[in-house]
Amino acid sequence: MTTRLVVENIKHKPMRTLLSILLMGVPVTLILSLVGISEGLSADAQNRARGIGADVVVRGSTASAGLSYSGASISEKLVDKLQEQPHVKLAMGVIVHSIDFPALSMMGVDLPAFNAMSGGFTYQEGGPLQGPYDILIDRLYADQKKTHAGSTLRLLNQDWHVAGIIEGGKLARIVVTKATLQELDAATGKVSVIYVKLDDPANTDAVVRQLRELLPNFDVNSMEYYTSMFAVTNYGTVKVFTYVVIGIGVVIGFAVVCLSMYMAVLQRTREIGILKSLGASKTFILRIVLTEAALLGIGGTILGILMSYAACWAIRTFVPASFPMIIVHAWWPKALLITFLGAEMGAIYPGLSAASHDAIEALAYE
Amino acid sequence: MSSGGIIQVRDLRKIYRVGKVDVPALRGVDLEAQRGEFVAIVGPSGSGKSTLFHIIGGLTPPTSGTVRVADEDLAALTDAGRTKLRKRTVGFVFQKFNLLPNLTARDNIAVARYIAGAGKKPDPQFEEVLRLLKIDDRLDHKPNALSGGEQQRIAIARAIVNHPAILLADEPTGNLDTENSKAVLEILRDLNERLGQTILMITHNPEAAAYGHHTVHMRDGRIIERT
Ligand SMILES: Nc1ncnc2c1ncn2[C@@H]1O[C@H](COP(=O)(O)OP(=O)(O)OP(=O)(O)O)[C@@H](O)[C@H]1O
Ligand SMILES: [Mg+2]
Repeated sequence: MTTRLVVENIKHKPMRTLLSILLMGVPVTLILSLVGISEGLSADAQNRARGIGADVVVRGSTASAGLSYSGASISEKLVDKLQEQPHVKLAMGVIVHSIDFPALSMMGVDLPAFNAMSGGFTYQEGGPLQGPYDILIDRLYADQKKTHAGSTLRLLNQDWHVAGIIEGGKLARIVVTKATLQELDAATGKVSVIYVKLDDPANTDAVVRQLRELLPNFDVNSMEYYTSMFAVTNYGTVKVFTYVVIGIGVVIGFAVVCLSMYMAVLQRTREIGILKSLGASKTFILRIVLTEAALLGIGGTILGILMSYAACWAIRTFVPASFPMIIVHAWWPKALLITFLGAEMGAIYPGLSAASHDAIEALAYE
Repeated sequence: MSSGGIIQVRDLRKIYRVGKVDVPALRGVDLEAQRGEFVAIVGPSGSGKSTLFHIIGGLTPPTSGTVRVADEDLAALTDAGRTKLRKRTVGFVFQKFNLLPNLTARDNIAVARYIAGAGKKPDPQFEEVLRLLKIDDRLDHKPNALSGGEQQRIAIARAIVNHPAILLADEPTGNLDTENSKAVLEILRDLNERLGQTILMITHNPEAAAYGHHTVHMRDGRIIERT
């Protein structure tokens, strides 16, 4: 019966209901999109790093974990030195230049070495790098830039010839010849990171230990650990930003419901008076208001989820390479909880004020 | 004090404060109604009849004076106690129709049963009451699709569905034609005689007042005569 009362009230003012739901849905969409993008980014980065086929990663120790490892600080001589270590099958230096933080970077590689380590790229259009200003880009980035093999692409103040479109998921979205990028970055003879492939992945831990001893000034890790650093939880700023948006979501849900329910309660003083005359307790009145707020909160969450699909579609259509957004189902209950909390908190004041209304004031005069 | 009437009102005063102006609505009312009595209350507009009902039903507090309803001193009751009184003991029919506008007539009645904690199915006798009130075929309409008289009769049905010991009916026939008025008054008399319900009924109509055992005359916030 309570539900009937609440549902009829909600149906009675469809515009108010829709607006409240929409306003609560927006922060839900923001939260879900933000989480979807950060999860997407990290999954994407992990995937590409794994696609390299290396077991161990060596970086300059100044490089901060996970994200910005641009800036070539490692001498290429180290690559040769690593190549001679026991269990090392292949060592490959790569120079990285960040194009569009955090998802998009250009990597300069020695293509034969990369092919040996990873099994090479799969070309969807065109073929491997030939000339110094040849460039390979992956499918998503090509779509985002609306480019095809054979055309020209301007990046880093330089015209590049798109030699091939590669399938995504290996190394980087943008790949050029190592020597060219070294020259452009004024870093001849330097690399940003060295990938090491072992004779047997089972030796990884031993080799990592041994390399750490050998190279105390470098950051040596297993690929597994390295990719785990891409996990969302390690994106400090993204995390903080997510909390900020969650906070905004709670506040908006709170404010919207507080306003909306307060107006509803004012409009319904008569009905509340009638219910009281029938013997409805304060708890009963409060429960009605809280139930209505809860339904609005659930509606807002559902709409927010639907809108996050729309956001996901838009992002995948227009900037798929910069923001590889995914739908994170695990966050749906969290979004619901956040909105629910905001809505219930917002409904407490209007609910209490309705519950303590003098019944007769409402009934005596219209 | 537990002997005596089911309703005992002593020196009841009520002053409404509207902005800075005091509006005296009741200026010392003494009234006693025995269990099973049917009392008609008449008087000119503004004489305080509705106010008296609202105080007896615990909907608004008096300024001074004592009210005992079913052996309970209203002033001594907590808010929860007054809520319980309205739920168990007192049924209201308001002067204005006062149905919940978003609910169908059926749900308006159901809500009263729900609040009182009654079961789902109304008893057969109640079905008979609905037929007598000629609203049994109007139950699935919302108030705005019902005539004033139909709304009035739904409100009466809602007030009696839980068999309250006391029924406070504020002009229950105010919007009804002669025929429907008679049907309503017959039902009230029947409830009074068969179930022993105590009924207080405000009316402007002398014929309606004649259904009561007594008539109480009010003027300017006082009872001036009891016949
Ligand atoms: N909530 C209120 N606030 C202020 N004044 C009120 C209120 N309710 C009633 N009054 C005033 O109290 C007086 C008595 O009103 P009441 O409604 O009890 O009269 P009544 O006898 O029921 O009149 P009627 O026959 O027109 O229904 C009137 O002067 C009225 O204006
Ligand atoms: Mg009146």
